[in-house]
Amino acid sequence: MSNIPQNLRYTKTHEWVRKESDGSFTLGITDHAQSLLGDIVFIDVPKVSSDYAAGKECCVIESVKAASDVYMPIAGKIKAVNDALTTAPNLVNADPYNEGWLFKFDAVSATDFESLLDAAAYTAVEQADAH
Amino acid sequence: MPFIPHTENDVHAMLETIGIRSINELFDEIPSELLIDQLPAIPKALNEMQIARLMKSRAKQDENSLCFIGAGAYEHHIPAAVWDIAGRVEYMTAYTPYQPEASQGELQLLYEYQTMMASLTGMDVSNASLYDGASAVAEAILMAIRSNRQCQAKRVLIPTTLNPLYRKTIQTIVSKQAIELIDVPFDEKTGRITVEAIDKIVTQEFAALVIPQPNFFGLLGDVDALTDWAHQRQALVVAVVNPMTLALLKEPGLWGEKGADIACGDAQPFGIPLSSGGPYLGFLCCKNEHVRQMPGRVVGKTTDVDGKTGYLLTLQAREQHIRRSKATSNICSNQGLMAVAATIYLSLLGPKGLKRVAAASHQKTMLLAEKATKLKGVEVLFHGHYFHEIVLQLPQSAKYIVQEMADSQIEAGLALGDFYPGLDNALLVCCTETKTEEDINKYIECLKQALKNKTFSK
Repeated sequence: MSNIPQNLRYTKTHEWVRKESDGSFTLGITDHAQSLLGDIVFIDVPKVSSDYAAGKECCVIESVKAASDVYMPIAGKIKAVNDALTTAPNLVNADPYNEGWLFKFDAVSATDFESLLDAAAYTAVEQADAH
Repeated sequence: MPFIPHTENDVHAMLETIGIRSINELFDEIPSELLIDQLPAIPKALNEMQIARLMKSRAKQDENSLCFIGAGAYEHHIPAAVWDIAGRVEYMTAYTPYQPEASQGELQLLYEYQTMMASLTGMDVSNASLYDGASAVAEAILMAIRSNRQCQAKRVLIPTTLNPLYRKTIQTIVSKQAIELIDVPFDEKTGRITVEAIDKIVTQEFAALVIPQPNFFGLLGDVDALTDWAHQRQALVVAVVNPMTLALLKEPGLWGEKGADIACGDAQPFGIPLSSGGPYLGFLCCKNEHVRQMPGRVVGKTTDVDGKTGYLLTLQAREQHIRRSKATSNICSNQGLMAVAATIYLSLLGPKGLKRVAAASHQKTMLLAEKATKLKGVEVLFHGHYFHEIVLQLPQSAKYIVQEMADSQIEAGLALGDFYPGLDNALLVCCTETKTEEDINKYIECLKQALKNKTFSK
């Protein structure tokens, strides 16, 4: 069973989102997603200050097995990217919820965050995936 | 690998399995008005004997002529060993092999090709080949736009001194991708683009500047200044080079303060014969930071579980069999055999041999220009440094002179009028190490005669 922290929100496409105290959001991929991808070798992070609509591809994660897109969970503008991933993309494997974050963004509408899945709902998504 | 054709029974069995009656049904979704069942311009098929005879007679037309045309494809001496080795059955494929367990020999050879091309261009990486110079530049432009993340504009600067056929191909390949190509005109006196001139024209943000060196007129430009100018504007630099020149000239990786970002062009001069336009050999090299945006196959070197050296395709997540529609390009296997020939050619010549070929080509062209300009009314159109091509300004239509000299079995060069309006009297001439002084004298004598054939006044 993979690790699904209670304090985060999730998407069906296996991203997690954390609300920060300054009102911005941080995004990464879930423990389940990183274990499916296998060893991650490269991450193509989005450009800072670019805008993305909800559901848009904004980032590519390349593992030894596949290249997968990361989707913007709610509309927003990229605020910062995790530069450490340039030299150490495997941080996403090692610590998907902390050191392995992908980017921070400002949401167009902060209330959109509430529409994302909670830990229980995402657990159900993962379980459905397993069958 | 054996070639096993389908028997009629195989085909029937397959059609039955997928539930259709004929192969044509597979194409039912193509609207009937788009299907062409007759090609009136194409003559009736010939049998093998007839076609062999026709081709022999066509080939004879070229047998004795001396070729002084360059313009993107160059006649160099090809050591007999090149195609003797490249023609071995083990190498006889256009494909870049997928299966490392079955293809170590060819993979190693392509790895050597990449190493040589990267070293010649002063870049970190090379791919395993592209179709030709024109498609290589087009791919380099697409790559530069993907790679330049600072730039919001999909705009690329292209000097009109880039090979006009390349410019057409680029237009074809990028025109449906919302990319804006800005023509940068050349200075009419010098035949080159300069930083001062380009600075006046270009006011908007752009993703990349294409720099041909030598340019289509054979001239060498101030690539250091142009490279720095583009980099100061956060644009990438795409160097389009004749790799033969790199035996003598500064490699693109060292242009300006930071070096060009991508180097590409046609490696046909390396052991590939002139042959009615192809197959030739596109090459594409880049700095490490752009490798994820590179199209095409890349061969890497690694060690197996026993610690032995092995070769295999690497960075495949860029490619269409993994990334599908989001791949960097639909380019995959292409000119493997040409890359093999180029590798053997470079290995046989070595750095010293390559330098000798390049230097001899330059000297022969200087000699030809010197002798030609002694003829009345013949001048060098653009003054400056050049490699092995030069534009001669004639006192009359270059097209006419080309026709006249062709009658004496001399391919005099390329008349520029069709590509550059106003340059009707300009003739682009190329001389390589294959031409002797006697050949050059013959050219001059023939040119003299052709100029006399029509009365004119200077």
